[in-house]
Amino acid sequence: MMGQTAVAVKADNFYHQSTNKYSGILSWLLTIDHKRIGLMYMVSIIFFFLVGVIVGVLMRLELMAPGKTIVDAQTYNALFTLHGVIMIFLFIIPGLPAIFGNFFLPIQIGARDVAFPRLNLLSYYLYVIGAVLALLSLVLPGGPIDTGWTFYIPYSVRSTTNISLPLLAAFILGFSSILTGLNFITTVHRLRAPGMGFFKMPLFVWATYATAWVQIIATPVVGITILLVIIERLFGVGIFDPALGGDPILFQHMFWIYSHPAVYIMILPAMGVVSEIIPTFSRRTIFGYTAIAMSSLAIAFVGYLVWAHHMFTSGMSDTARWIFSLLTFLVALPSGVKVFNWVATMYKGSIDPQPPFLWVMAFIFLFSIGGLTGLVLGALATDVHVHDTYFVVAHFHFVMFGGTGTIFFAALHYWFPKMFGRMYNVKFARISVATFFIGFMLLYFPKFIMGYMGMPRRYYDYLPQFANLQMISTIGSWILSGTIFFIVGYLLHALFKGPKAPSNPWGGVTLEWHIQSPPIMENFKTIPTITHEPYDFSQLKEMKNA
Amino acid sequence: MSPAPTQHVETVDFIMIYIVAISVVLLLGITAAMIYFVFKYHRKKGHQPVDIHGNLLLEIVWIVIPTLLVLSMFYYGYTGFREIRDVPEDAYIIKVQARMWQWEFNYDNGKKSDTLYVPIGTPIKLELFSQDVNHSLYIPSFRIKEDAIVGRTNYLFFKPEQAGSYDIVCAEYCGLKHSMMYSKVVVLPETQYTAWYNSNAPETLKAGIGN
Repeated sequence: MMGQTAVAVKADNFYHQSTNKYSGILSWLLTIDHKRIGLMYMVSIIFFFLVGVIVGVLMRLELMAPGKTIVDAQTYNALFTLHGVIMIFLFIIPGLPAIFGNFFLPIQIGARDVAFPRLNLLSYYLYVIGAVLALLSLVLPGGPIDTGWTFYIPYSVRSTTNISLPLLAAFILGFSSILTGLNFITTVHRLRAPGMGFFKMPLFVWATYATAWVQIIATPVVGITILLVIIERLFGVGIFDPALGGDPILFQHMFWIYSHPAVYIMILPAMGVVSEIIPTFSRRTIFGYTAIAMSSLAIAFVGYLVWAHHMFTSGMSDTARWIFSLLTFLVALPSGVKVFNWVATMYKGSIDPQPPFLWVMAFIFLFSIGGLTGLVLGALATDVHVHDTYFVVAHFHFVMFGGTGTIFFAALHYWFPKMFGRMYNVKFARISVATFFIGFMLLYFPKFIMGYMGMPRRYYDYLPQFANLQMISTIGSWILSGTIFFIVGYLLHALFKGPKAPSNPWGGVTLEWHIQSPPIMENFKTIPTITHEPYDFSQLKEMKNA
Repeated sequence: MSPAPTQHVETVDFIMIYIVAISVVLLLGITAAMIYFVFKYHRKKGHQPVDIHGNLLLEIVWIVIPTLLVLSMFYYGYTGFREIRDVPEDAYIIKVQARMWQWEFNYDNGKKSDTLYVPIGTPIKLELFSQDVNHSLYIPSFRIKEDAIVGRTNYLFFKPEQAGSYDIVCAEYCGLKHSMMYSKVVVLPETQYTAWYNSNAPETLKAGIGN
């Protein structure tokens, strides 16, 4: 927990102003302040991220050499399930919206808090309850779930491991996500400061807003699906289980109707952060504001219509396969539009490549590889070959980790001085981007090659021709995980011992850079009236803190 | 390089190279532009930044050109896919029974085998069945796979052009020994295949394709 005294910079900031009658730990646990809730999410989410990293490293150690290396097959199957469940449900889906959305969305639109602060706290506790149930399922009799994070039927009704409890956990986590989305949509519609029209909102707000709609509309589908699986396991009704007359393909459809849009829940907020960082460090307005804002909505909408590209080899009709292939290619276009506009924003700017900007550069490279390899998966003939191989594993790690994960670190480095009022060691931060990049490429790039060579995913053991590339991948995991723990280390050090940060260290112009660091309770002494466009850097001259 | 084991392998590898080539050009273009801008417009050089709000023509260009590119990829992907879906009527049918954790190949003379023997140059249709959970029959060397699912009859089609032995792996996670669910497809010359097919076959069904 963030100690109150540890981060004290000025007495009059939200670390010292309780929203309730309590002080100390209860002033945090019962807070309804969006910034404190954001920080509580941060502590929880980073904790689970690090657990997920450790599980990932264990998987890589097992795969370092053919045959048994450190664990048996059943344990390995539990490990990859755990890695997926933790990283997806506890880190990357909630990550950016729950931490940075909570902290900065209200500030960026000139609001004192989200629309429903108590509901916001409830979302946090639903997250905690879901996480605790997921952890509990690991130690209860029956053993850790071994189905993979996709819980495919019939295996998930046959397995004797603990399935229902982690499914219930995912169900509860879904409600946390839905309530956060609901809160953000209402906040954006109702609480914008005077003068802040929709097209004066920062693009992070646009992206989080588009994400929130996906959270509300898509998440209930997985809720229903999960309940049906639990009912199937407990009562054997015969909805999905073919042994009882059910249809396992129906499960796959329902699962991906949520879980593909969920990919956009993961990436859209990250795209929003990129659209903040590039103008700030280029010190010029964003190129193609409307195109970027609209492409977020386009991704959110078309993203609903591509789910069955996860099922090109499932035996669904050939007609369905080509229709979903075509739609999949179309969803690539708005992402391309964003990348082109971001790079164009650097044109004729005044670029200061500070650590957040370096993270974004790494993002553009890694995310582009992730996106472009998605084209191989969208095309039917090539997908049939690489589906369910390491090629897919590499692709989604480039998109999710190289994309959203990289931007998680970018956002952390960008807003750290605002959130904590202290500065980290910039030199360490620059080195980290470099070693992160090297570790990442070593860990994941060989998987593209192994995938095309025919290495299936979720394999405890492998044929001898993969041994060298598997070894390289494992070495990459050491560099990457070492970098992550190094980052956590110097950021923790900065939290307690770092020099005081000015209120606007980067020369940003969105509203969070107009207020003090850390912000006061309810953010603004008086609600500002918005006259400028979001990325109008002519304001810098008027801003006292620039 | 030895000739491809099936015609379809050449198709898939061509589509792969086509997509990767376009991707590499785009990736290098984006990356080079980004790095060039960072050096050229570095703050230390003291340029006055210029607020360019956008350019409609550019937005149109970078929507239209990628649209054409991805439509061509879609088209190649689709036509390549048709190659393995349009099964000739005279294709030789072998029924595949998948179970945790082995493959069983059933021939029309009643012969069962844990290895898939096929005659060279004959179109082969594998009908896929599962007894328990989802599996997926994947032949990396042939660039094909399809899931085996309880209650459905999925199929795979290929026409082997080169004699040899190729790995069969399970590509859909199926529990404890998923990573050990291997078999082989052995492509034999017609005469050798016929000899295998007729050896130790159940008597009543011995009138197979060889006769």
